[in-house]
Amino acid sequence: MKPINILSAAAVLALTSQQSLAADITVEVQNLTHGLYFTPIAAVVHAPDVSLFEVGEAASTELQMMAEGGSIDGITTVANAASADMISNPAGGLLAPTMKASGDLMTTDGNLMLSVVAMVLPSNDGFMGLDNWELPTEAGTYTVYLNAYDAGTEANDELRGSGAPGMPGMPVPPPLDPLLGTGGSGVAGADSNATVHIHRGNIGDDSLTDGKSDVNNTVHRWLNPVAKVTVTVR
Amino acid sequence: MPSIKNYQKALLIALPLALSACGDDDTREVIVEVEVPAPVPTPVDVSYEVTVTNLTNGQPVSPPAIVLHTEGTLWALGEVPSVALERIAEEGTSDEFLTLGTVSAGGDGPITPGNNQTISVTIQDITNAKLTIAAMLGNTNDTFSGLSAWDLSQLEVGDSWTTNSPAYDAGTEKNTESAETVPGPATGGEGFNPTRDDTGFISMHPGVVSADDGLSTSALTVDHKFDNPVIRIKITRTE
Repeated sequence: MKPINILSAAAVLALTSQQSLAADITVEVQNLTHGLYFTPIAAVVHAPDVSLFEVGEAASTELQMMAEGGSIDGITTVANAASADMISNPAGGLLAPTMKASGDLMTTDGNLMLSVVAMVLPSNDGFMGLDNWELPTEAGTYTVYLNAYDAGTEANDELRGSGAPGMPGMPVPPPLDPLLGTGGSGVAGADSNATVHIHRGNIGDDSLTDGKSDVNNTVHRWLNPVAKVTVTVR
Repeated sequence: MPSIKNYQKALLIALPLALSACGDDDTREVIVEVEVPAPVPTPVDVSYEVTVTNLTNGQPVSPPAIVLHTEGTLWALGEVPSVALERIAEEGTSDEFLTLGTVSAGGDGPITPGNNQTISVTIQDITNAKLTIAAMLGNTNDTFSGLSAWDLSQLEVGDSWTTNSPAYDAGTEKNTESAETVPGPATGGEGFNPTRDDTGFISMHPGVVSADDGLSTSALTVDHKFDNPVIRIKITRTE
């Protein structure tokens, strides 16, 4: 849980704070779910014309990389290219059910919007997301609840498999390995909607050795919201 | 000393042992300050009406526990639930939970789907109490809904606030949905069991699966499925 401070920006802004619109903020993410894990979280503060994802639009390859495999390398590249400020992987890996992770940053002038993404596990291409939430200018503590989205890039077969973009199946990191079944025949979970949309949820099954799904239906389903984001503006 | 409240000056007759430099009389007048209790103000009732509406299709809501307290939380997502909360979440029994705050009020019987119940609660003199609510979804293992430590100072007399609340999982009992473990009218199984065999912490609820949707051990049907939110809460300050 090591916050990323944009130290150079902070030093510059300290000298020009009177005319600056920069804000000193903390972003805390809590996993609200009973049994899902979040992959490394990306919290990005960016200009209004930047977007990590849009409901109803096809996912970018960078978002796909995050939603299918949990890698925020692509999101980081997008953020850097957009001169965004970013809290990267504040949990230092997976964020377990009901756990919290937070980071601080000093926003750069002109970066007014907060977006947050992380893949939810187990899923094929599910992620929790906040899209272009306008940071309040007034000091205070603000709470936003996030839903789970489907990136629309991979069929939800709910089988153990790959986290590589374009490859079928779900990545299964160690904490989830003993919790998932094996030998599922595969859910017929192709996306009718290939754009980013509200995730329909896991179906799962009650067998650890066969059935359709490798997901446990009493543990790895969810109802929205799945995450709580608490933003403190100083 | 006019600046000191709740004190009154009193004139006392002191005995000769007092001050040697004073006159030749055996009794002297000295003014001393003694603490005299100020008049006790009449307690002012601060009252609320809490209306809980059951938004589900087939889940009875147990008699809601309404508790006013002055600090902390009585339950919180991510925390280990108290046994008092476990008794609500696994059985719908609120007696123990109702002892936790400054004042409390329990509902009168379960709330069936589509119906609502209004519960009144009065606290004296305190306008910034915290309101906590908990009630079970009866046809589940350990599902509850409610509100945690909502700041009542936001309400002036006559004000109302309405919110919708989701389903929480107490984390104290696995969601087997079996007839033996679900106490509601759909099954009539066991209520409170002190053994904790699930996550051990409060989270959002993943929903009931039901036999219709692939849980072979489930005694529940599609009738008992729910989505968020599951209850509506309206709070009105009446005095």
